[in-house]
Amino acid sequence: MKIHFFGIAKEIVGSSELDYSALEFPKTVAGLKVQLLEQYPKLQELSSLAVALNKKYATEEMELSQNDEIAIIPPVSGG
Amino acid sequence: MDINIKIVDQIDCTRVYEDLSHPGSGGVCVFIGSVRNTTANETVNELFFEAYEAMAISEMEVIAKEATAQWGLNKVIMHHAIGTKKIEEPVVLVGASSAHRTACFEACRFLIDTLKERVPIWKKEFFDNKKVWVTPHP
Repeated sequence: MKIHFFGIAKEIVGSSELDYSALEFPKTVAGLKVQLLEQYPKLQELSSLAVALNKKYATEEMELSQNDEIAIIPPVSGG
Repeated sequence: MDINIKIVDQIDCTRVYEDLSHPGSGGVCVFIGSVRNTTANETVNELFFEAYEAMAISEMEVIAKEATAQWGLNKVIMHHAIGTKKIEEPVVLVGASSAHRTACFEACRFLIDTLKERVPIWKKEFFDNKKVWVTPHP
């Protein structure tokens, strides 16, 4: 399962994509955030960190499944 | 409902009237965002924009539909550029046309304000001796 990163999050993680094996993969959006924040403490310095599931903003309790397109959305700054 | 949404390499400001004019519209309102040469008194040389393209398009569609429903618009346009952009280059173009001007003025403001809040696009500023991803303060 792949997670996509953009902007400053991509810079912190050092890659635009991470592969997770099924075993270590968290069950929910909240679980994924906990895992990423532990692994990459610099993400904690961002004013927000959203997760998108299948191109839509996800809520914390949403469950993740193998076929989801998952993306980490740091604070947006378009316009 | 007529919605025109794109992520592009370069914004074309010359076609916007054609894109928004409509027989039922008595007003067209457009906002164009461009690259400014300073941020907090520091000289900016250029900007770089990155997008999560598929999601950016679908979020802009949601915003355009919300605006159309709220203000009864005839046409909506939302274009955003990606890649390196020099000073004075346009980077975002949003606009609306409607029967009367109040609706398109208000809708245009909503389109750009909501795009900046919600659409997954990121801006990096290049200064003389540093480059930083812009992270708006909460």
